[in-house]
Amino acid sequence: MSTAAALPWKDRKRYLWIISAVLPALPLLSLALWSMTRNDLSLWLTLLVVYGVIPVLDLVLGEDRSNPPEEAVPALEADPWYRWLVYAAVPLVYLTVIVGTVFAMTAELGLLGYLGLALSVGWIGGAGINIGHELGHKKGLFDRTMARLSLAASGYGHFQIEHVRGHHRDVATPEDSASSRLGESYYRFITREIPGGFSRAWRLESERLARQGKGPWTPGNEILQPALVTVLLYGGLTLWLGWQALPFLLLQAAFAYTLLSAANYVEHYGLLRDKVGEGRYERPQPRHSWNSNHIVSNLVLYQLERHSDHHAHPTRSYQALRHFEDAPQLPTGYFGMFLVALFPPLWRRVMDPRVLAHARGDLSRINIDPASADRYQNGHRPVAA
Amino acid sequence: MTRWRCPECGYRYDEIAGDLHEGFAPGMKLCGLPTDWTCPDCGIIPAREFVPDADGRNPEADKR
Ligand SMILES: [Zn+2]
Repeated sequence: MSTAAALPWKDRKRYLWIISAVLPALPLLSLALWSMTRNDLSLWLTLLVVYGVIPVLDLVLGEDRSNPPEEAVPALEADPWYRWLVYAAVPLVYLTVIVGTVFAMTAELGLLGYLGLALSVGWIGGAGINIGHELGHKKGLFDRTMARLSLAASGYGHFQIEHVRGHHRDVATPEDSASSRLGESYYRFITREIPGGFSRAWRLESERLARQGKGPWTPGNEILQPALVTVLLYGGLTLWLGWQALPFLLLQAAFAYTLLSAANYVEHYGLLRDKVGEGRYERPQPRHSWNSNHIVSNLVLYQLERHSDHHAHPTRSYQALRHFEDAPQLPTGYFGMFLVALFPPLWRRVMDPRVLAHARGDLSRINIDPASADRYQNGHRPVAA
Repeated sequence: MTRWRCPECGYRYDEIAGDLHEGFAPGMKLCGLPTDWTCPDCGIIPAREFVPDADGRNPEADKR
């Protein structure tokens, strides 16, 4: 201990966060590969990485539960290096959307290549939402503007309001459209989460503008501002490249939407905050979010998977997020869990026993999907994984 | 008491100044803010849980 105290703490991940910053350029690599090989399969490189390489690396390299010492956190939070690594990713998201769309419209691609490219660009739109998420929690106008720009690349500009003012307030309650419920499949969750998020954002922003004495259709509307960026981006590319660009852009954006849904789906499945009064819930604690300390997927996502600390302390920066022993732990990182979520019976087999164990079998402390409540209440216990 | 602070993230609400972005006019009391309104920066602390903010105190000191 004495030798450890003598050495100042060093962040071993300081330079590894570059991985999160360059991820949005991954489809550009596959475009280079296609140009050399003319093989449509090369446009599936991004999907191979996110659904193949990263889940396997998570299983092989496992977790890192170490935390920065509290005395190092103020300097870690103030270090501009970490912030710039997030800013730097925003232009890369735009570059990938623009170059990817131009490529899809001009290169001679088969259906396989077209689909691979659309999903790859959509993945980067999803990464852009993650970037917008990190920046959207910061207090400065520059950070929040960059956040909305990053979100606008996939047409998700309303996320900032929806997430910070809606989801964080209501997380792990039945009222939250972005908290999945025990028994709710990923597919059913999507149909509740996407419209629910949009209507909550619109309601919150309308209320704010109403307090200013304005209606919702005003230039000050912070949902319409990024929406205008999306219209200019997609409209500009369509005018430039022809109408065929629009379905490509909408396809990749739709895929980006489902990726955010996947993240929301795995982050709070079944977890429930206690009521402490009429319409009031206890403050969000680490136990109200599923956490993952898996090394590789965290390095790709600006440590988004340390989600328990994030919800307990939403303005804490990614590089300073902590592991908590009392937080429920996902069996693997998000990328692997996204794959599991695609197969609802498998998902229930993996996650339901964990939800029940976390709630110590007390169904009243679980956020249960009303439509599947019977399955759990009739004494049936899901089989252990 | 006219100055209040979010105990989670250090956001300050000064009743004399209000918060124009949030639509709270100068002079708006903390107790007059909507009950479902939460801190605009962290999103998780309702107005009734704000703490008095002593003048000259650095809110970042309490940041966790
Ligand atoms: Zn706050």
